[in-house]
Amino acid sequence: MKMRMINNSRTALNAQHGFRRLSSIALTVMGIAAASAAHAELRFEISGVGASQIPVAIAAFPGEEGAPQQITSIVKADLARSGVFKLIDNSDSLSDASAINYGDWKNRGANALAVGSVQRLADGRFDVRYRLFDTIKAAQLSALSFGSQPQLMRLTAHKIADDIYEKLTGIPGIFSTRIAYVTRSGKEYRLEVADADGEGVQVALRSNEPIISPSWSPDGGKVAYVSFEAKKPVIYIQNLVTRQRTLVANFKGSNSAPAWAPDGQRLAVALTRDGLTQVYVINADGSGLRRLTNTAGIDTEPRFSPDGNYVYFTSDRSGGPQIYKVSPNGGDAQRVTFSGSYNISPRISPDGKTLAYISRRDGKFQLYALDLTNGQEQRLSDTVKDESPSFSPNGKYIMYATESGRRGSLAIVSTDGRIKQRLTTQIGDVREPTWGPFMK
Amino acid sequence: MRTFSSFAIVLSAAVLLAACSSTKLDDKNAPVENRAGTGATTGADPRAVNTVNTGSDPLNDPQGILSKRSIYFDYDSYTVKDEFRPVVEAHAKYLNSHKDRKVIIQGNTDDRGGTEYNLALGQKRAEAVRKALVLLGVSDAQVEAVSFGKEKPKALGSDEAAWAENRRSDIAYQ
Repeated sequence: MKMRMINNSRTALNAQHGFRRLSSIALTVMGIAAASAAHAELRFEISGVGASQIPVAIAAFPGEEGAPQQITSIVKADLARSGVFKLIDNSDSLSDASAINYGDWKNRGANALAVGSVQRLADGRFDVRYRLFDTIKAAQLSALSFGSQPQLMRLTAHKIADDIYEKLTGIPGIFSTRIAYVTRSGKEYRLEVADADGEGVQVALRSNEPIISPSWSPDGGKVAYVSFEAKKPVIYIQNLVTRQRTLVANFKGSNSAPAWAPDGQRLAVALTRDGLTQVYVINADGSGLRRLTNTAGIDTEPRFSPDGNYVYFTSDRSGGPQIYKVSPNGGDAQRVTFSGSYNISPRISPDGKTLAYISRRDGKFQLYALDLTNGQEQRLSDTVKDESPSFSPNGKYIMYATESGRRGSLAIVSTDGRIKQRLTTQIGDVREPTWGPFMK
Repeated sequence: MRTFSSFAIVLSAAVLLAACSSTKLDDKNAPVENRAGTGATTGADPRAVNTVNTGSDPLNDPQGILSKRSIYFDYDSYTVKDEFRPVVEAHAKYLNSHKDRKVIIQGNTDDRGGTEYNLALGQKRAEAVRKALVLLGVSDAQVEAVSFGKEKPKALGSDEAAWAENRRSDIAYQ
């Protein structure tokens, strides 16, 4: 299922830009990577991001027109989508060996300039070289070279975008990370894996029964999920490369909500083997089951904090659902959310400082973020049927499921709420997103 | 000649009728002519075929109460309503007399709210029915409560009618 990334801009002007960007992505996908498309993209800007946009120029890489993917188109699309860069329009083509006129680029408004080259090697691979310069300090910030297989050119472009993002913001980029999500089209459910920009879709699991709650392993090689193929919810772990599936939990009753411990050896899960839904910890091979919560009601949706010191979960012990945390060794749970009568789906940011969750207020299910250091709560979405938030591994974005035109779609919002994007499919529904970890 | 014969038949018929009328119509001992040579019930269609079920299973009677397999719940409610008591009791009685039979109770919710929390709420509806069966003597080994949450809606749509249809537990015989 092909997905398209659409920027959900706030003004009519930007909606127009968003449309232009969509067109240019479509062109890239079809392999008609014309120079004009690249130029249209350069005019793309996102409103509402404030003064923090870094002006950066990406010159065309000589030789890239002969490669299966136009590297700089992908790099520019990544940087534009991030919302933290202002791309400086230019029609220059500069290789990594070109002499750089820093003053000229500074005058054109670029604080940084990326150049590079693409050359086909005798063995069929492509030699991709890139350099990044600080035009203010007149200094090189980075230089990388890749011997890239033709089918990995997109990944190479994303890695260059990651490097630019990190060198200019100090934060690791997430353009080369992947996402997993579930699509439904007719009677067919698919667990799909794609690049963070929605391209490069691969099907990991196909089923005629629902698939929910996919969760990436910390090493990025496996996904745990709940499949209804046995006419009841059962937890599996699937190795994405080998296709090997491990049955993790198929106890009497329902087995759901798998969440990896940071060590990748254990999972927190929600089981009903002892009555209503409760949180348990189990080894990734299905051994060593241990009950973690003990109430007469619902305790579900466990999530380990990144430091492994807490398991956050949803509980109805106070009446409606609220978010609590407990030590993975057990003991008393502490309540975390207090605003609103329905707070579910806790997700902790990689730095452990922010809790993302879905809250129902006035009948709307919306994405919220709670600053755990000061208790400040912020609503991050304008949509009304939001579900399943997932942090990007650098903590700067949250992907979540929502509804668009009565169909399930995915949306991404920056954790400050300023930048919004949407991913839709051409047919069917897409839901249950999970953002994969950084990978080597 | 032909006319005469016809007249004679009509006449003899009239004589026969007169003879019959001498028998009292309400006389229970009046002889009843048995025209069926096989000795079947009086007045039955001689070509009728009636089925005999050996070990007939009331579970398969489309008119019986056991054909009712859905328990509906009110909004935000997880208790079996009185109107569904007879259904649960009938299934309990059946399961108690058929110890080899097993059921899965499948709980469902409407489509509002989160996937996993709704799965837990659907479990509450399944568990309510499971507990009711067990309280009526059904063995734990015969019944399993599972949830489909909002994943397998019977009614599509986002109106009250669809939501009400999906707030449901189904009794599925294995």
